[in-house]
Amino acid sequence: MDQAVFLFEILLPALMQGLVVTLQLIACSAPFGLAFGIAVAVGRQYGHPVISWLCKTFVFLIKGTPLLLLLFILYFGLPSIGITLTAFAASVLGFILCNSAYNAEYIRGALISIKDGQMVAARSLGMTRWQAIKSVILPQALRRAIPGLSNEFIYLIKYSSLAYMLTVIELAGAGKQVATKYFLYTESFAAVGVVYLVLVSITTVAVSILEKRVAVPGTVRATPSAQL
Amino acid sequence: MNDNDIVLKVEEIYKSFGDTEVLRGVSFDVRRGETKVFIGPSGTGKSTLLRCINQLTIPDRGRVWLDGEEVTNSGARINYFRQKIGMVFQNFFLFDHLTALKNVELALLKVKGMGKAEAREKALTELRQVGMEDWADHYPAELSGGQAQRVSIARALAMDPDVILFDEPTSALDPELTREVLEVMKKLARNGMTMLVVTHEMGFACSVANEVLFMENGVVAEQGPPDLLLNDPRFTRMKDFIGRIDSRMDD
Repeated sequence: MDQAVFLFEILLPALMQGLVVTLQLIACSAPFGLAFGIAVAVGRQYGHPVISWLCKTFVFLIKGTPLLLLLFILYFGLPSIGITLTAFAASVLGFILCNSAYNAEYIRGALISIKDGQMVAARSLGMTRWQAIKSVILPQALRRAIPGLSNEFIYLIKYSSLAYMLTVIELAGAGKQVATKYFLYTESFAAVGVVYLVLVSITTVAVSILEKRVAVPGTVRATPSAQL
Repeated sequence: MNDNDIVLKVEEIYKSFGDTEVLRGVSFDVRRGETKVFIGPSGTGKSTLLRCINQLTIPDRGRVWLDGEEVTNSGARINYFRQKIGMVFQNFFLFDHLTALKNVELALLKVKGMGKAEAREKALTELRQVGMEDWADHYPAELSGGQAQRVSIARALAMDPDVILFDEPTSALDPELTREVLEVMKKLARNGMTMLVVTHEMGFACSVANEVLFMENGVVAEQGPPDLLLNDPRFTRMKDFIGRIDSRMDD
C-alpha cells in the first residue's frame, strides 16, 4: 500500500474522528475541572475547618492514586453499587476529579500569595468574607495561577488518552486501532504524537495571549528582572 | 457639649496577643467633626486600637459605640458599621488588580448596591476631592505612594463614613509625598470629617488635632489639646518622647 494512501485515506480520517472525541472529552472536563478546582481551593483555604479538611482529603486522595485506577473504579466498580456510567461519562467524571484536585493546588498557592492587606482592606469597607474572596482575592489569585493551570490543562489534553482504557475511541485509541490493523505502529503513533503536539502548541499560544490580556498594567516585571 | 455630639465611644478596650498585653483599658469619646491624633512609641497599641474600633481585631474586653449603637458584639451587622467607619492603612492596601476608579467603586457596587452609573459618578467625585480624578484609569502599580494613599482615602470617603481611622497614613512615604497626603487630610478635617489619626507627624498633630492622645504601654498616658501637652509643664511624657525623636533625627 502506498504511504500517501495510508496516511491521507486511512490514518488521518481515523485520527480526526478520534480527535473530535478527545476535544469533546476536554471540553466537557476542563470547565468543571476549573470551577471545582476553585471551589476546592477556596474551601480549603477559607472554609469552615470541616470543609477545609474535606477539600484537603479530596486532593490527597486524588494526588495519591493513579488516574487510571480512578477511571477503573468509576467505570467498572460503580455498577456494583447500582451506578452505571457510559465509558465517556466515566472518563469525563474521572478527568474532572483529577483536573480539579491539581488545579486546586495551583489556585491555593496563588491564594496564599495574595497579601493579607487585600482582605483587610476589603473587610474594612464592609464587604463580607465571601464578597472579598470573590471580588478581590480570586481575581488576583487566578491571574497568578494561570501558568500552573495551563500546565494542568496540557496534562488533561494528554491524560485524556486514558479514556481509551475505558473503550472510548479518542485520539490515541484511534491511532492504536489503525496501528494494529495495518501493523504500522511507528507511523500511526508518530502521527498521533504530532496531533497532540499541535493541540499543546495551540494551548501554549492561547495561554500566552490570555496572560497578556489579563495582565494588570504596571505589574509585569518579567522582562526587567530577568535582565538583572 | 451634649451627648448627641458624640459619634464614637470607646470604652475600656483590652487586647492581648499571647502574653503581651497590647491594650490595657483605653477609653475616649469622639465628637462629630473632631480630629484626634494618637502619638506614642511603636508597640504601644495605637494601630491595634484603631483595628479594635472597626473589629478587624476583636478586643478581649471593652466596647465600642457608634452613634449610640454597639459595634462590638454586633455579629453580621459589623459589615454595616464598617461602612460607617472608614479606614486608611499605612501601606494603602489598594486592590492591585483594579484601576483607581474601580478601587473606589467596588464597595459602592458590592456593599452599598449602587447602580453602575451612580457608583462611577460618586467615585469620580471622591477622586476629585483628593486630586486624583486625572488618574482614575491608572492601576495601583502605576501610582506613586502619595497618589495611592490619596486614592485609598477616596475609597474610604466614598462610603460616606461617620468617622475615618488613619493608621500611620504617611509612614511609608517620603517627605514630599507625605506633604501631599497631609494636605488632603487637613482639607478633610476643615470640611468637618471626624478623624482618628495614628501618626508620627507632630506638625500635623499640632495644626489639625483637636486633641492629642499620647499612648504608652497600652494606655493613654496623656491627653489634651496639642498646645497644652506641648507647653503645660504638668505634662512631661509626650515632650520627652518627642525630644527623643528629635535628638535621634539630629544624629
